[in-house]
Amino acid sequence: MYVIIVGGGNIGYYLAKQLVAAKHEVLLLEKDRLRYRTVSEELGEVVMQGDGCEVAQQTEAGFGRADAVVAVTGSDDDNLVVCQMAKLEHNVPRTISRVNDPRNEKLFHKLGVDATVSSTKIIYNLIEQEVGGGEVIPLAALNRGNIEIVEVEIGARSPVLDGDIKSLQLPSEALIISVIRGGHAILPTGETTFAVGDSVVILVNADREHELRHVFSEGV
Amino acid sequence: MNVVILGCGRVGSTLARMMYKDGHTVTVIDLQSEAFRRLGTKYKGQRIVGNGIDEDVLRRAGIENADIFVSVSQGDNRNIMAAQIARHVFGVKNVIARIYDPIRADRYRQLGLVTLCTTTIASGLIRDFAANGEWGLAKDYSQEYITHAV
Repeated sequence: MYVIIVGGGNIGYYLAKQLVAAKHEVLLLEKDRLRYRTVSEELGEVVMQGDGCEVAQQTEAGFGRADAVVAVTGSDDDNLVVCQMAKLEHNVPRTISRVNDPRNEKLFHKLGVDATVSSTKIIYNLIEQEVGGGEVIPLAALNRGNIEIVEVEIGARSPVLDGDIKSLQLPSEALIISVIRGGHAILPTGETTFAVGDSVVILVNADREHELRHVFSEGV
Repeated sequence: MNVVILGCGRVGSTLARMMYKDGHTVTVIDLQSEAFRRLGTKYKGQRIVGNGIDEDVLRRAGIENADIFVSVSQGDNRNIMAAQIARHVFGVKNVIARIYDPIRADRYRQLGLVTLCTTTIASGLIRDFAANGEWGLAKDYSQEYITHAV
């Protein structure tokens, strides 16, 4: 696979190293000359100095034959434009963007970016997980459409404990696809009941995710 | 008209002063409060310190009631992103982005933004002037700016 990474900060640097180790073809684009020198001393010819938003430099870097373009600079606006221009100019099949402000994830999807990663959101979710049970943790976003796969852990104070699936007041456009109990995935039916320690995997429209929180919330 | 302008550089501040003088409700956003010095003493419109690609900042600047949003900050990408937020998140009817890079200006125009590429406008006018000795369609507003001291 040919992967182009834009932004030679810490994320770009370690990502490039990992991908090289996994035998992928990698190009790391870094705008700043000083940073470029530092990174290329270690990674060598994998690194190129240039602005990942400029079409001429995108062409030179081979965006046209890239399988994926990953924008991981520290600026959301630069990452957005890298991905949009990669799609518009070079038809790159998969664009992935780092997002600092989690609210930008939705906007970026709407504007054509295929996938987004927000460390802010991930860390926030981890903290929430520590605080109380019943939290809805996003696992993955489906590529097209506004669908997310989320996971909810059933704690000892869960309001749905010992009830079955068919009596749950689930929002519309939410579907329980699996209950993970003791390391085994169960394909649930309406009669499946919930037990402490269960992980419930749910397919849900992202706009209705907050309604799921009401159903499973343990009220910290 | 409610006007929100992102970027209080030469263009942003001049536009703000002109439109304020014309009687519009103007808000200017800039990352640095020192930039507002360019607005002079006659401008009494709103000034917002903040990042123009942050929805909260745009909301504070009144973007929800804006008739027109203009992004003329220093960064092309910032202008592009702010303009797309104005259009797609807040549904502002008229959105204009100044983009220095001619290629980006062209591509985002194709995506439906109104983009203004001052690079090609100035270069083209100068090239034509050099060739035929006459100015193109551009009107020079500096007399208005100077004599009315906006």
